[in-house]
Amino acid sequence: MKQKMWKWVSLLPLSLLLLLSGCSENMLVLQPKGPVAKTQYDLIVWSVGFMLFIIVVVFVLFAVVLIRYREKPERADYEPPEEEGNTLLEIIWTVIPIIIVTALAIPTVKATFALEKPVKKEVKPLTIQVTAANWKWIFSYPEQNIETVNYVNIPEDVPVKFQLTSVGPINSFWVPQLGGQKYAMDGMNTELILQADEPGSYMGRSANFSGKEFAHMEFEVLAQTKDDFAKWVKEVQQTAPKLSKKKYETILQPGIVGRMTFSNTHLAWIDHTKQNRHYMNSDDGINR
Amino acid sequence: MAEAAHHYDEKMPLEYRTEESRLNILGFWIFLGAEVALFATLFATYLVLFQRTGNGPTAEELFQVKGVMIETILLLTSSFTCGLAVFEMRRGRLTGLLTWLLVTLLLGAGFITFEVREFIDYVHEGATMQTSAFLSSFFVLVGTHGAHVSVGIVWMILIMIQLLQRGLTPRTARKVFIVSLYWHFLDVVWIFIFTLVYLTGMVI
Amino acid sequence: MKWNEFFVTGQPLIYAADVSIVLTVIGIVFILTYFKKWKWLWNEWLTTVDHKKIGVMYIISAVLMLFRGGVDALLMRAQLTAPNMKFLDSQHYNEIFTTHGTIMILFMAMPFIIGLMNIVVPLQIGARDVAYPYLNALSFWLFFVGAMLFNIAFVIGGSPDAGWTAYFPLAGNEFSPGVGNNYYAVALQISGIGTLMTGINFLVTILKMRAPGMTLMRMPMFTWTILITCVLIIFAFPVLTVALALMTFDRLFDTQFFTMANGGMSMLWANLFWIWGHPEVYIVILPSFGIFSEIVSTFARKRLFGYKAMVYSIVGIAFLSFIVWVHHFFTMGAGAAVNSFFSITTMAIAIPTGVKIFNWLFTLRKGKIRFTTAMLWSLAFIPNFVIGGVTGVMLAMAAADYQYHNSYFLIAHFHYVLIAGTVFACFAGLHYWYPKMFGHLLNERLGKWTFWLFMIGFNICFFPMYFLGLMGMTRRMYTYSAGLGWTPLNVVATVGAVLMGIGFIVLCYNIYYSARYGERDMTGDPWDGRTLEWATSSPVAHYNFAVIPEVTDLDAYWRMKKAGKGFEIDEEKLKPIHMPSNSGRPFLISIAFFFAGFGLVFKWFTLAIIAALFIVLGLILRSFDDDDGYYISVDEIKRTERLTGKGA
Ligand code: HEM
Ligand SMILES: [Cu+2]
Repeated sequence: MKQKMWKWVSLLPLSLLLLLSGCSENMLVLQPKGPVAKTQYDLIVWSVGFMLFIIVVVFVLFAVVLIRYREKPERADYEPPEEEGNTLLEIIWTVIPIIIVTALAIPTVKATFALEKPVKKEVKPLTIQVTAANWKWIFSYPEQNIETVNYVNIPEDVPVKFQLTSVGPINSFWVPQLGGQKYAMDGMNTELILQADEPGSYMGRSANFSGKEFAHMEFEVLAQTKDDFAKWVKEVQQTAPKLSKKKYETILQPGIVGRMTFSNTHLAWIDHTKQNRHYMNSDDGINR
Repeated sequence: MAEAAHHYDEKMPLEYRTEESRLNILGFWIFLGAEVALFATLFATYLVLFQRTGNGPTAEELFQVKGVMIETILLLTSSFTCGLAVFEMRRGRLTGLLTWLLVTLLLGAGFITFEVREFIDYVHEGATMQTSAFLSSFFVLVGTHGAHVSVGIVWMILIMIQLLQRGLTPRTARKVFIVSLYWHFLDVVWIFIFTLVYLTGMVI
Repeated sequence: MKWNEFFVTGQPLIYAADVSIVLTVIGIVFILTYFKKWKWLWNEWLTTVDHKKIGVMYIISAVLMLFRGGVDALLMRAQLTAPNMKFLDSQHYNEIFTTHGTIMILFMAMPFIIGLMNIVVPLQIGARDVAYPYLNALSFWLFFVGAMLFNIAFVIGGSPDAGWTAYFPLAGNEFSPGVGNNYYAVALQISGIGTLMTGINFLVTILKMRAPGMTLMRMPMFTWTILITCVLIIFAFPVLTVALALMTFDRLFDTQFFTMANGGMSMLWANLFWIWGHPEVYIVILPSFGIFSEIVSTFARKRLFGYKAMVYSIVGIAFLSFIVWVHHFFTMGAGAAVNSFFSITTMAIAIPTGVKIFNWLFTLRKGKIRFTTAMLWSLAFIPNFVIGGVTGVMLAMAAADYQYHNSYFLIAHFHYVLIAGTVFACFAGLHYWYPKMFGHLLNERLGKWTFWLFMIGFNICFFPMYFLGLMGMTRRMYTYSAGLGWTPLNVVATVGAVLMGIGFIVLCYNIYYSARYGERDMTGDPWDGRTLEWATSSPVAHYNFAVIPEVTDLDAYWRMKKAGKGFEIDEEKLKPIHMPSNSGRPFLISIAFFFAGFGLVFKWFTLAIIAALFIVLGLILRSFDDDDGYYISVDEIKRTERLTGKGA
């Protein structure tokens, strides 16, 4: 009876693995398409190795102990020994985790620092101001003087500095295939540097709950060749309508809007990262 | 510690004589530990927010030295008289104890009066809890302390009534002792408020 | 306010809930009246100050809350089974995940643990009650009215909907104008006060009321974990008290702590919340470690391996738990140095945790392992918790966390630690100590059914979520579109959730079944236990121990049994036992708290003030109360002891 159960239990991970192999092409985090996501991917793979090692050690020990030392009729008069512990063993299993943690901490710290700066130093980064509002993403290109809503085009192989802010609840800007997320917060300016290695369309979404229609805070990141990108910019500058203050106000109203494109930016009249700034006596260094 | 509990005897001060009293006093010390965490959080909040004055006044523009100095003197003195009360209790003198408790209580009431007046002044100048993050945290930090002092006053009155009704017993003695711990603690918190809020606010 | 704003309307599910609530209340009133049980209810339960009864009431409330939270969970899983489902709308879904999280952590896990600790700790240390029995009753009732206040939100006024983390500015007036988040702030505040008092109470109890000879290093492991947990409570809960107070001020009196203008700072909320929140997760896991330690050692028939190392590791974990909170928002952009620091402190927690895992494994080694239900839960904990733990370490790596944060990967992690840790421990402890509460055992066969259904269901439900996270599915989404490839794993997860639900139903049936047909525990020691609680009768006499036992080593009762005597009571040595009197005041004061809280939620300040005056009145009456309790006579003790077969 018990044995049968155990067989069942051991089947479980197997069937899951089968199911997962069918889904693996959807695992965006494991399909990095840029150096940032790649750094994180490498870190993840490195850590998974150690974790699997720990899991295997514990599971094997666990299984062996359970099978060997379960109560059996033939051991009916066995009386377990009085052990208080074993200093040597205990030192071993304190030291091994310390080594593992160290082996994980060093690349973690390195990667964490590395992600703060663009990978390609020789290329001038593109700056895009991202504003999260209920429930849409607004992208302003200050240098190109264009603005888009719910989609963003970027050139390949160029580091993009996303300057994040919000006009309402905290949202988190996440494009799994290009790199990890960062919060967009009201009155703040956080920076996330991403880069795409190849042209393509990448899913982006908000990862931090922001209210009613949060589930729909999706956007597309379209990475283009540099030429295509330049062409697109030019086209937008020439053909897209102008964004008026009034129009901008309506966009900010809570609700869902589709994609939009404008040939100027709201940065001309309002800077949400500085909303609080003029109230403050001094520059507080938080989050910089 | 458990073993130590059995070594107390009749030579112990009145407030430690019963097992219940010893438990209560230890419990109260631990409660004060929690209070330390509470005030530490309020101080941290204040320090994070005190430069975020919005459209409202800054600390420097707002605070008045005179009232705060009077409050400080009143409260520090009351801590001293509270100590005298416990001293009298240890010598078994009920009248002395009651007298000093009354003095403590009056000094505490004086402190509260000045604090309320200070708050009213601020509000008249348009500096309310709603004005800015700085003022919200100021009123809540200092107000929480003030509320504690007010509770202490009511508590002391209750204990004085019990002293009058029942005299000095191990139980009333323990209550006096605990309220004195509370009172000294509030005094210490005030010293931090005085330095971190008022002095710092008037300088920076 | 119009009546249709006061009562939540327009949702069929809510109307059904209304009806069932009204029917349940009528049913309870009817049964109590019909069987003339009102007096019994008042004398035996509402006014009791007995730690064992208070513990039982905690556990009953926790199981009720597990039901409520579980229904929430199943509704969420139903909605997420397929893309673009229309079962719940976004608002309703948001309310449900908020109440689910809050209830499960604060009104299910905490009280379950606190219930077990109420029942077991005084017994394990050989005490007759806790340090402050009256305060203990007040703690329970405050928790209880807090929980009730939170639970009525969904029919009266509307539930909170900003997540159990209630991040600002979303949870502020501007984006959450209803009363929902007022409920959150006020109800958590009331029950939090109760928890803080419990922490103080049990710390003093453990420090001062141990049986003679029980030094700190001879305390049972569960008592040790409770001691440390109390310290965590005492330093963490005041932070929550302040955070909730500031939230209440912001919401009711328009202060500017976390607002978007006038200097308000939403990040401050996140910091305060997690300075409490991370220790909080250890407040529910450390006692679980203690429960597993007791059970593993009992059913392996072996002393706990590396007792000292176990003690040092919980102390280490407790210390570290206060300096890791930033790992909940690495993505806030605090900078690489800050993130690195908190990454390392967080990963460091894995070291003492690893030590514990190996010590448990080596307790089992060379043991004689009996697979009782309690033991099955404890054994299953080890592999499942390891999965949760290693993924925790992965989350702790800041640069990688940018990819996992707020995704289903995170959801999977914390369910693996909270369910395989705390929930398994609660179920294990429930089966293990059940005879101490009710005098009979829970049925083992049904218990094992619950175990397999729930444990397998749990893995089917949550393991796929790691991969959903890697696919980019974020938490708190009420729906998703079809093209993302998330559907198959979501279907699997829902199947698992249903299995867990069935497991829970079997557990409830087991409670009923065992009450009627369960095996009575005549010995008081059904498992061949090692610690002092097994030296008492089942159910435990009102005064716990007729004479206080003397302790010479760890596993005190095991020692006594090995010495051949067991725990014998010398009738010559009996003395009258002092017990505290019952009091209805804790219950009544808590009712006043309920109304004060309700008044605050709806900004009916007159109600709040009147209720507050009642609270003050209750406290004043307490101050003048000089009821010194009563004595149980030697004759009565003898009679009781002979009845339970423990006496000579
Ligand atoms: C080895 C030990 C552990 C480590 C290293 C660890 C690490 C972490 C990290 C880094 C996060 C934040 C991830 C993110 O938000 O991106 C997290 C979240 C969480 N952990 Fe753990 N954890 C551990 C054990 C536990 C335990 C024992 C519990 C509870 C019993 C727990 C409960 C939680 C909860 C509830 C959350 C998420 C709360 C939320 O955002 O709603 N963790 N953990
Ligand atoms: Cu944490």
